[in-house]
This record gives sequence, C-alpha cells and structure tokens, in this order.
Amino acid sequence: MGLLSKKDTKLILDPLADNNPITIQVLGICSALAITAQLKASIVMSISVLFVLGVGNVVISLIRNIIPSKIRIIVQLTVVAALVIIVDLVLKAFAYELSKELSVFVGLIITNCIIMGRFEAFALGNGPWRSFLDGIGNAAGYGVILIIVGFFRELLGSGTLMGVKVLGDPIEKTGLYGFGYENNGFMLLSPMALIVVGLIIWVQRSRNKALIED
Amino acid sequence: MGLKSNLHNLKEKYKGTKMAPAFNAIHTFLYLPNETTHNGTHIKAADDLKRTMNTVIMAMVPCLIFGMFNAGYQHHLALGTIEAAEGFLGSTFWTWDNLVVGIWKVLPLVVVSYGVGLIIEFIFAVIKGHEVEEGYLVTGMLVPLIVPVDLPLWMLAVAVAFGVVIGKEVFGGTGMNILNPALTIRAFLFFAYPTWMSGDKVWVHGAVERAGTADAISGETILGSYAQSQDVVYNYADMFYGLIPGSIGETSKLLIIFGALFLIFTKVGSWRIMLSTILGALAMGLIFNGVIDAGIITTSSKFYGLMSVPFWQHLIIGSILFGAVYMATDPVTAAQTNKGKWIYGFLIGFISIMIRVFNPAYPEGVFLAILLMNVFAPTIDHYVVQGNVKKRMKRLKVKTA
Repeated sequence: MGLLSKKDTKLILDPLADNNPITIQVLGICSALAITAQLKASIVMSISVLFVLGVGNVVISLIRNIIPSKIRIIVQLTVVAALVIIVDLVLKAFAYELSKELSVFVGLIITNCIIMGRFEAFALGNGPWRSFLDGIGNAAGYGVILIIVGFFRELLGSGTLMGVKVLGDPIEKTGLYGFGYENNGFMLLSPMALIVVGLIIWVQRSRNKALIED
Repeated sequence: MGLKSNLHNLKEKYKGTKMAPAFNAIHTFLYLPNETTHNGTHIKAADDLKRTMNTVIMAMVPCLIFGMFNAGYQHHLALGTIEAAEGFLGSTFWTWDNLVVGIWKVLPLVVVSYGVGLIIEFIFAVIKGHEVEEGYLVTGMLVPLIVPVDLPLWMLAVAVAFGVVIGKEVFGGTGMNILNPALTIRAFLFFAYPTWMSGDKVWVHGAVERAGTADAISGETILGSYAQSQDVVYNYADMFYGLIPGSIGETSKLLIIFGALFLIFTKVGSWRIMLSTILGALAMGLIFNGVIDAGIITTSSKFYGLMSVPFWQHLIIGSILFGAVYMATDPVTAAQTNKGKWIYGFLIGFISIMIRVFNPAYPEGVFLAILLMNVFAPTIDHYVVQGNVKKRMKRLKVKTA
C-alpha cells in the first residue's frame, strides 16, 4: 500500500461498510428503490454514479477556492449536470436498450443526495486526490448495496441474473420451476426494495452493535 | 403428573442457558407454572394473554370446520358429482366425502402455518433471550382461514416467515407490531403470487390443475362475477350460510356472527369496532347506490356491476364481516380509545367497499383497508387524546377564571 496512506485507505473503505451512504447515512434511497429490479441496471447505475461522483469531487475540489460560497450550490449543480449528461449520452450511444430501461433515473443522478452531500461535506474542504478517493469510496459503497439489492430482487423476482434464466424456464417448467416454484412478483415492486435495504441495515447493525443509534 | 414434573426438571436444568425460553414455552403452554411472579406488581386476573388468544381461537374453530366442509362441497359441486345443498343443513353439504377433501386440503395449511410461525417465534425468543410469546397462536389460526384452498404449501411457508419477521419481530414482537401479522402474510401472498390469490380458478380445489383441459371447472367468487358485470348464480341464503366459493374461513356469515357474539360476550373483541366497520361499509354502499340512482354511472361503466349491488348485500359477499370481527378487532393494531375505535372501524368499512368497487384488479379490498387503518390507528388515538386534553383544559380555565 505504498500508493495510499492509512488515512487514504480509510477514505475508500469506510463508506463500503461502517459509513455506508445507503445503510448508515440513508441517502440515495430513491434510486435504490427505483432501478434495482434488475441486476444489470443496478450495475450500470453504480458505474454511472462512480464516474459522476469521482470526477465531480475532483472538479469541485479543484475550484473550491474560487467558488463564491453564496452560489456554490448552483456551481455544484452545473458540474453534476454536465457529468450526468456525459453519462447519459454515452449510455444512449453504446447501450441504448439499457438507457431506455433506466429512463429518467440516469438524469436523476443529479438529484442523488449522496453526490451533493459529498460535494458539500468533503470536496469543498479537501484536496483533489483525497476528494477523488472519497468520491470513489462513497460511490462504491452505494454501488455495493445497489448490486446486493439488485441481485436478490432479480433472482427472486424474475428468476434471472443479468437476463440469464438461472432458475430454469417458467413457461416450459424446467429447472426449479418443474418442482412448482414460482417467481415472487412482490420482489419486483418498490416496497420490497425498501424491505431488502432494511434487512441489510438490520444484518449490518446486529453484526456491529456500535452502529446502533439510540 | 409425569410430563409436568419432567418439564419442570428440564426447565430447572436449562435455567439461564440459551435454550431456556424454548422449554419454558412448552411448559407454560401445557401447564400452569409452579412459581409465581417474583417482583413488581401482582395482578390477579383470570384472563392472561394466553386465555385471550384461546378465546379468539375458539371463536374461529366453527369457521375452520365449516371451511373444511365447504372446500369439499365446492369441489364436488363443481365436478357435478353432488346436487346443490338446500340451505345450511342441506343433505349434500355435511357429508363425509366433503370433509375428507376439506381435511386433506385445509389441515396441511394449518400445520404449515403453525409450524413455520412457531419455529420463527422460538428462534427469536432464543436469540433475544425472552419467553416465547403467545402472539402467534391467533395469527397461525387466521392465516389458513384467509387463503384459497389450493395455495401451494411452500408459498404459505415463505409468506408466514415474511409476515412474522417483517410484520412483527422487527417491531419488537407480540404487542409491538404496527401491522396485523395475518394480514401482512395475506398481502405478501397477494402481491407475490397474484395468480394463486385471485381470479376464478383458485377458490375451488382442483380448478387450477384442470384449467385448459376438457374437465375445466370454474369457481368465480360473487365479487368476481359482479366486477365483470356477470350474473351471480348464488342466492342470498347461500351467501349468508356460506355455501359459496371464497377463502377457506370467510364464507359463512352465520358462523362469523356467532363468533362475533362469542367475542363480544367474553369481552375479548370490541363491539365498537365491529359495529362501526359495518356502518362504514353500509355508508359507502349507500353512497354508491345513490350514485347509481342519480344516473351518474350507467351500465356502460365498468364500475356499474359492483356499484349497483344493494348496499346491505355488500355485507354478505366478500370478507368484510370476517375482517370486521377477527381482523379489525386485533387489540394490538387497532385504535385504543373508544372514540378512536369508532373512527377506525368506520373508515375500515368505508375504504373496504371503496376499494372493492373501484379497483377491479383487487376484487376484495378488506385486507388492504385494514392494513391501511392499522397504520393510521396511532394517529387517530393521538388526536382523540389531544381533543380530550383540550376539552379538559377549557373546563379548567372556566373553573379558575
């Protein structure tokens, strides 16, 4: 670990577990509920946020000393919006089907609380390198939860993973479906995403009692 | 005395260990414990939680037995092997053949419901180190009564696990839950496996596997027929006595009324909630009838079928009575104040009929209405109490002024 000091490593690893943006800070819930019905969408969303937050944090950190504090929110929004448009156009160009599936939610990365939260809380007060690490760490923490939720929702809800029928064919009654198994339609509805996130929070806090607030 | 002293010895042996609550539960389920409460307030009363729960279960047993006969009756009737029974005591209803089918289909549901639910209760009691609570006794009995006969057992098991953990244990166990666990289980089944919970195939045993073959039989519920503006083939007596397709325990309005009287007489169920739920349902029914009479909705509307049902008939079709008597009155999730109970019940009835009429995708809205009002019950209580406080403050001011 010559590249990263102990403090820098903490910047990346903390948001993955004990300071996770979704399960501990409870930010960015809306997109976690909306797009996690499929694993593929979750992964693309995670990568998009990783890019936006990583680059955005660096940009904000670089210009942090010249932004007048009165209009800093507008400046931050402009930066996020520019980055989100890049992501959106890339998706439309190279993964059109997926971009249609994610629909407005790519655009809504702008309103993802995690991004504005990290700009405000970290990038405005730290150098570019540390801001970059912080952005990557938080986006990864967000992505991990999204992928876990997406994995369970797609597996139990549609019986597929990344679109591959891992449990057999429900119409031809092969694999698990031959025994009378059926997909759980509830998993595809948003309330179940909330419940799955809740279960992750439950597991995490019962493993690490220090995280329980009064 | 052999078993009791053995259990007592086991209890002493495992005292203080992790498994203690499990042995205690078996012991107190079967016998009165030898020791008394050690500290704190001592209240002498004949009815503890267990007694209350058992009373409710006793009130439900007739519905369960009737449900078994009805499961077989509907099955044989649909196959055409028996004639329609004339009235409640009809000769083709209370037959051994019907009961055999009923036992074969219904008892496994009861066993799975209790088995899975109690295992989860035991696990949580051992983890949390408290005594096993009796809360599941009623839930476990309610669940088989509110599902269709042909529901696959593994689905029931998954739903019970979900309902007990998410509906109850995460809130802190019996007495702390916001939502009625039995209805949480039903809601889970409804949204997770809609093809097994609604439609015209699930209510009669054998209809699903025969679908699409030459022997296909149909078991459309009355609500389903109305929603599609079809003719209803059952007469009012059939609806009242319960000789109709539906969830296992909710068809016989006669037995539900007996159960209700029993609960009111033993003061276990709140008559205020039961009465106000019925009033709410009647009020909504009257409004819909008024809309029809005023000619605002005509036969071309998809709502016409259910809206034109005479308001009183809403009580004997669907599960509104069952919900009012056994579900809405759950003391944990209902409103606690007397005035609150009136509001709570009235809104349950009102919203049930509204969902029933306006949402053809969910031909029965009682369980959704009760879950919704479960969520609002604390709010209703809060405002009732605050209103009372305000009234008394005013009185105080008048006195001191």
